[in-house]
Amino acid sequence: MNKKGILKKIRNSREISLFIVLVILCLFIQSRNNTFFTGKTIADLFKNYATTITMALGMMSVLLIGGIDISVGATLGFAGMASSLFMRDGVYSSTFVMFLVSTVIGVLCGMIVGLIIAKAKVQPIIATLGMSNIYRGATYIISDGAWVSAYQFQSGFKSFAQSNFLTGGLLNNLVFIALVLYIIFFFVMKWTTFGRRIYAVGSNPEAAEVSGINISGVKFWVYTMAGAIAGLTGAMYTSLYASAMNDMGTGMEMDAIASCVLGGVSLSGGQGSVIGVFLGAVTMSVICKALPLIGISQFWKQAIKGAIILIAIIINVLVQRGMNRNALKAREI
Amino acid sequence: MKKVLAILLSAAMILSLAACGGGTTVQSAESAAAETPVTEAAKEEAAPAAAEEAAPAAEAPAKESKGVYAIITKSAGNPYNEREASGFEAAITGAGYEAIIKHPAEITAEAQITLINELVAQGIDGIAIAANDFDALETSLKAAMDAGIHCICLDSSCNPASREVFINQAGVKEVGQCLVDATYDLTGGEGQWAILSATSVATNQNAWIDAMKEILKDDKYSKMELVEVAYGDDEQQKSVDETKALLQNYPDLKLINAPTTVGIAAASKVIQDEGLCGKVIVTGLGLPSEMAEFMEGENPACPYMFLWNPIDVGAVAGYTLMAMVNDGFDGGQVGASFTAADGKTYTVSQADDGGTQIIVGPPFKFDSSNIADWKTVY
Repeated sequence: MNKKGILKKIRNSREISLFIVLVILCLFIQSRNNTFFTGKTIADLFKNYATTITMALGMMSVLLIGGIDISVGATLGFAGMASSLFMRDGVYSSTFVMFLVSTVIGVLCGMIVGLIIAKAKVQPIIATLGMSNIYRGATYIISDGAWVSAYQFQSGFKSFAQSNFLTGGLLNNLVFIALVLYIIFFFVMKWTTFGRRIYAVGSNPEAAEVSGINISGVKFWVYTMAGAIAGLTGAMYTSLYASAMNDMGTGMEMDAIASCVLGGVSLSGGQGSVIGVFLGAVTMSVICKALPLIGISQFWKQAIKGAIILIAIIINVLVQRGMNRNALKAREI
Repeated sequence: MKKVLAILLSAAMILSLAACGGGTTVQSAESAAAETPVTEAAKEEAAPAAAEEAAPAAEAPAKESKGVYAIITKSAGNPYNEREASGFEAAITGAGYEAIIKHPAEITAEAQITLINELVAQGIDGIAIAANDFDALETSLKAAMDAGIHCICLDSSCNPASREVFINQAGVKEVGQCLVDATYDLTGGEGQWAILSATSVATNQNAWIDAMKEILKDDKYSKMELVEVAYGDDEQQKSVDETKALLQNYPDLKLINAPTTVGIAAASKVIQDEGLCGKVIVTGLGLPSEMAEFMEGENPACPYMFLWNPIDVGAVAGYTLMAMVNDGFDGGQVGASFTAADGKTYTVSQADDGGTQIIVGPPFKFDSSNIADWKTVY
């Protein structure tokens, strides 16, 4: 009886099904390369993908209201480059100020996107595509096409991404930032009015409007939030690689979207959980990290990455379908 | 509110389009998209021209020189490409002509084809291009040459049929020899080493790697074992993953040779962060500004590396185009030469791919003694 209960629960939960997919994936990688399941590899994985994992959070809230934001990669580049230029030119030298400035620039970028979508009612994909190009162009303009190189950064900023003093030696600083944000989002999405409104706007806009929710307000703040997170990841990215390149973050929005969809976030809005997105983002990172480890030809890597993502999503969709069918059955009784 | 925003947006778009009309232009994605109709028109014009075959060639010399020359780099936002373009611009404007700089928004041949077609429609004198693909540009570059525009490659070549001459920053063999010698020197002539490249389809990267493999067949290098060629796609995240995978898969690895700017910096950063300086050595081709951090001090991650001067490469491309247009210099003729405004004489030689090339000079060695001076240059 109990066993049946667990089975039913597995069938009914996308998070658990994704977790199983992730475990199978890790076991497969381990069978190909036995250095995968070591503390160092896992720590490296989280450190190198803390940016992508964090960015998925902002993307999740945008997808939840039925929108999409493909400008976050460019926002990362612009905010990261602008804040790096300030540091290079000696406007400030503190790591904290650098992170703050990058986040604030991200907030402003997100606000512009939010205004265009919420007030001017432009289709999100077109609005963010346009803004993506504008932000990327602006990055080239402010930097004059040059990079900010390692020697031009403060050493405290460069070592921030490599050390773990925020947690007293437990977790890498960047991973800790990502974790804190996931915990905050978990609470906001589950137990605050704002969080529930995001779900309401995404699952049934008309009903949300009739019930008095300011839809354009919610939209505006959600895109602002995505911008803020992209800005923060801009500082994380430059700190991690100790270099600000004009094209940094290009294509990262797609990894963020893939992480969300893998994690069970519906592209039509209203569906998805923070835990699911976390698992989705970790799965994406594991795929990227493992491909060079398992010794396959360079030419196959891209295709295999795509195939693994698709298979994981198909499994998840099948589980979801079963869930809906069971829910219907339960209602008939 | 809505109307005001709509007006503001369209005003911004018009402004960005107008900005593209200037002499020295930085091309961005949105204007490239907006100008696609122009490209379509150019294709239609080019098609009949190509069909006539011999006729346009006869017409070409009669074409009036406008004194406008363009450079198309591999992609926007890379300091190396920027310097290349600035060298080109200085050479052209120094002679009193007009230079157009085009950076494609993406590192693809498609983005470059759009720009070529656009320049053909403008009817300029010459195009210098750093090709993103060896073969894919053939149709559009041939159409450009049929329209009387001189087309040469620099930095990364396209196939011989698509160009008149290739401005080679350093001969493929010279670079390969240089990188293998560095590996031999730094490893003491024995042990495992790996190559960290950019993308698996990058023309110049593959040419150097092939040359290195050829040179390695010599008995002198028999104790050096090349364990893997990894590809970091010139992305930091991926290059870091690839470097760590190399370290993990080959615990005895002695050296990583990265002939690409992003790759060599990412590999050096990993080695430095992991405290492996001295145990695993990094060398290759890199930008002095990006590499300064890893080359200074005692026991650096990278003791020395190489690069040529991108400003010179761009300048020689500019001189060559002007010599072709003004003095009838034939880049397809092995042995032909011209003397440029910098006082040097450049001679055409046979390229490995069957076409012709002009070699700018040998790669330059950067080490702890000179890196401090160079890091502020590029």
